[in-house]
Amino acid sequence: MLRFFLHRLGLLIPTFIGVSIVTFAFIRLIPGDPILMLAGERGMSAERYAELRSLYGYDKPLIVQYFDYAWSALQGDLGTSVVTKRPVIEEFFTLFPATIELAFVAIIIAVAVGIPLGVLAAVKRGSWLDQGLMGVALIGYSMPIFWWGLLLIILFSGILQWTPVSGRISLLYFFPQVTGFMLIDSLLSGQEGAFKSALSHLILPAIVLATIPLAVIARQTRSAMLEVLGEDYVRTARAKGMPPRRVIGLHALRNALIPVITTIGLQVGVLLAGAILTETIFSWPGIGKWMVDSVFKRDYAVVQGGLLLIAGIVMIVNLLVDVAYGLVNPRIRH
Amino acid sequence: MVHVEAQESDAHTKPAGEVTVWSIRRQRALEFWHYFSRNKGAVIGLIVFVAIVLIAIFAPLIAPYNPAAQDRGALLLPPFWQEGGSTAYLLGTDAVGRDLLSRLIYGARFSLFVGLFVVTLSVSVGVIVGLIAGWFGGWIDTAIMRVMDVILAFPSLLLALVLVAILGPGLVNAMIAIALILQPHFVRLTRGSVLAEKRREYVTSAEVAGASALRLMFVTILPNCLAPLIVQGTLAFSNAILDAAALGFLGMGAQPPTPEWGTMLAEAREFILRAWWVVTFPGLAILTTVLAINLMGDGLRDALDPKLRES
Repeated sequence: MLRFFLHRLGLLIPTFIGVSIVTFAFIRLIPGDPILMLAGERGMSAERYAELRSLYGYDKPLIVQYFDYAWSALQGDLGTSVVTKRPVIEEFFTLFPATIELAFVAIIIAVAVGIPLGVLAAVKRGSWLDQGLMGVALIGYSMPIFWWGLLLIILFSGILQWTPVSGRISLLYFFPQVTGFMLIDSLLSGQEGAFKSALSHLILPAIVLATIPLAVIARQTRSAMLEVLGEDYVRTARAKGMPPRRVIGLHALRNALIPVITTIGLQVGVLLAGAILTETIFSWPGIGKWMVDSVFKRDYAVVQGGLLLIAGIVMIVNLLVDVAYGLVNPRIRH
Repeated sequence: MVHVEAQESDAHTKPAGEVTVWSIRRQRALEFWHYFSRNKGAVIGLIVFVAIVLIAIFAPLIAPYNPAAQDRGALLLPPFWQEGGSTAYLLGTDAVGRDLLSRLIYGARFSLFVGLFVVTLSVSVGVIVGLIAGWFGGWIDTAIMRVMDVILAFPSLLLALVLVAILGPGLVNAMIAIALILQPHFVRLTRGSVLAEKRREYVTSAEVAGASALRLMFVTILPNCLAPLIVQGTLAFSNAILDAAALGFLGMGAQPPTPEWGTMLAEAREFILRAWWVVTFPGLAILTTVLAINLMGDGLRDALDPKLRES
């Protein structure tokens, strides 16, 4: 198992080097002068320009520049935001918990709803229920989620006035950010109504972000279940008079879940891409909105650093999914 | 093609008459339609898709107004069935008095063009690169696949956003960016099929008969890898439409006043609580188009992929 893990980790290294070359090239490909963009100063003198040029190392050969960049990135130095003048990595870790919280609740919704729906559709295969559920799943899969978010805002924030339109919690509450996760922090604060406020801010963006993963998981669960339900051991279990509920829950579902686990893991990239849109619509202060805002503010040091960190996270999570898959399915280890 | 024909005659009883290439093709088309039309959703998707294509082609004839024409006397007019609405503007007007229906009709042109352009570009590049990787193997294969891994390591929309930031906002650059992020899937798929087919007897026999590498790649092997590529192609078509609309929504795709559906949504955002129609209809148009294509995709998969056929 350790060998399998190390092998997969080894495969990641060239990809990660490639990713770092892409982010390194990014700031040099953007139209405009990189030094002016990185400095964010207007009307600088020729001396100041030359000073900054050597400060950022742009007077060195390209290959040396790359190694300098890679070396400081490895030490956690991803440059400084032009707008806020704070280190990029510090900003990232301030905002990242908001995205994790949103993505985590979204994936819980997707799994908790998607798997039972998929099982139900498979068990009732061909019925109107199956067709209806899979129809809804395909609509979810085809959904432009930025529009879906706007519709939910119209309904729940506009007409029904149940939920707030943006942010993570009402301005009425103020408490220390112990964990960075608003749901937990609001509970820890002990303030009355704080948790409810945090939850009401979270629920719509989480539903929006969960929509596509939910549809994918439901479809995948259904087809995995159908495959397993046709296996001999399921027929045997049925033939010996085992209650259907036990056959489905114990024999079929456990085996059907193996490919579903991979599908769930692959949703991480989908969630992060979805977070860009969801966080923008709901003004959710996470890394998705941060990246979009930075592109618009031309804060390219942030875009560069954020790209590297996000790609790194996606790769690590995919590695963990691979390893988890190896744990539940020994056949693929070799 | 030897392989395909051999399989064909195994699987089916031969028609009484002479077996020609045309009779086989006809039979395969009929068989394809048999499986495709069994999926009711796929047929509905096809009908809706054809309707959208016709709307896009004949937009100038169907649309009641010029999509850019502004009526200063009719700003944010609701749809005709709502109080204050008028049958002059069936789906109402936007904030500068443009007819929503006409803009939606013209918008179909942009979305379909995006899908077509992106799929053509990403399939042609992806298939060629995938064929090269699978056929030559070795370090060429390794290098190509590592580059694809790098592209896939970024969340798709984020990479598209950054690429458009480099290339400059606009529909054409958005399409190029989306084609680039979708293309690794075609490379992987083609490479996988080539690796599976390369060692089969029909390829070896063609090679022994003196076929060149190019002929082996494109004429011998490629036709036998087409089914998954077509299914993936429909998926890419709908993904391209969604991503282009998302980029338009973020202000990085088509620029106003282009009647692109995502861009229309971005313009409508500030009126979200005042004028539901300017937000609802463009999104509905995106959803309908994408759903129709995905329904067709499911049908194509059932019809083209024998492994999935009975599930």
